[in-house]
Order: sequence, then structure tokens, then C-alpha cells
Amino acid sequence: MANIQIPTPLRTFTNGETDITVKGNTVGEALHDLTTQHAALKQHLYNEEGKLRTCVNLFLDGDDVRHLKGENTAINAESSLRIVPSVAGGLIYSHTVNMSKMQ
Amino acid sequence: MTLCLPEDIYNLVIDHLISAYPNEGAGFLIGKVLDKQRDVCMILALENEWETNETRNRYKIKANTYLEAESTAEEHGLDLIGVFHSHPDHPAKPSEYDRKLALPWWSYLIISVYEHRVDHATSWVLSDNRDHFIEELVNIE
Repeated sequence: MANIQIPTPLRTFTNGETDITVKGNTVGEALHDLTTQHAALKQHLYNEEGKLRTCVNLFLDGDDVRHLKGENTAINAESSLRIVPSVAGGLIYSHTVNMSKMQ
Repeated sequence: MTLCLPEDIYNLVIDHLISAYPNEGAGFLIGKVLDKQRDVCMILALENEWETNETRNRYKIKANTYLEAESTAEEHGLDLIGVFHSHPDHPAKPSEYDRKLALPWWSYLIISVYEHRVDHATSWVLSDNRDHFIEELVNIE
């Protein structure tokens, strides 16, 4: 059982919990277990093609898993995974994004 | 939901975004979430970390900067409750690019800056299904 730390904006989908214990032998399996436990997280971690969103970074014991074996990186019971967002945006693209007023 | 900013903190936000003009500026909002209100208690004015020369219409805050900001918030007993950024010479409306990269739950405070002066501010929260932004009230007091 490894541990995954959840960043602030995603904690609304883990009932406020910051650390989730997960099963799995790889980073990908751990994420699968996480999104099984907390299904609403899935769309915020993965895009429509089922790939990790570019703004989602995964650190394993402090190392970015993109520099290891990505989702195939092996983990063990002592592993500490951390989901770390990078934040980006900007005004290119049209301004026709759907918007609504909060009630 | 209402995003509440004390006037002195709002002034720090606009000072940072005006100094970044004509490029996009950005930073974090740190504070407390109450029932239907988010109170901004402090900000982190950050360097735009977008890697290429497109900073007139792009901003980025890298993962390591995020980690430092989350630690800062926790040291103060507060939360990272959102992000602010500018739209130089454009309205303060989120773009499709903003939506695609947005994180849930956070407030996205957008400020329109024209010719080194602030035009207007709006704030937005991503819908749970990610397909649109919901505008929230901005209260500067």
C-alpha cells in the first residue's frame, strides 16, 4: 500500500483528505486505485483520450515520474506519490468558452 | 460563491499585473473558504514561467513553484484558493485555453489590463464536468 498526496484543488473530491492509501505495483496502478476510490477525480487527472493531463505532474519520493518510467514506474509500500499541478492559461483561443453565472 | 479581497491586497494584485504588462502576470490567492465565500488573506505574486516568448498571451506557474506556494499557505494555516492572472489588452473573460487547463474548485481571478491600467476584474470557477466556467462575484472591500 503506497500513499498519494492530493493537491489543494482536488481535495474537494477526496472529502478533504490530503493523503490517500492506494494499492498497486506501479504509478499507473496506484492512480487507477485512487480513481476507483474517488471516481470524480478521474476527469481532472486524465484527458478525453485517457492520457494524464499536461498540467498533472506526479512526483515519486520527490522525483518527477516523467524522468523515470512514467506510469510504468514501480512503487512499493513505502512509496510516497504526490500529485502536483502546474498552472497555466492565457488569452489565445476565442472567448467563446461556455460561461454561466453562479446562482 | 463570492471572492472577497481586501482593497490593500487587491492593490498588490493590480500592481503586479501592471508591472508585468504587456505580458501576462500571475500569482496565487491564499485564504480561507467559508460557506459561500472565499476570503483572500494574502497573495503570492509570481514570475510568469512560460518558457517561450509567448508571455503576452500565456502564463505558467511550474510544479515546484506550486509546491512552495502550498507550503506557504499551510504555514499560515490557510489554503491555496485560486489563481490570478491578467489579460493584457483583452477583456477579463476566460479563454478556451484557460478552461482546458483549469483546475477544479479554485477561483480564477482574471484582470483586464489596457495600456498599463486596470480595466476590470472577474472571477470564475470551473464547472464540475469541466465544460464551462461559472462566474462568481468579486467583492473588493
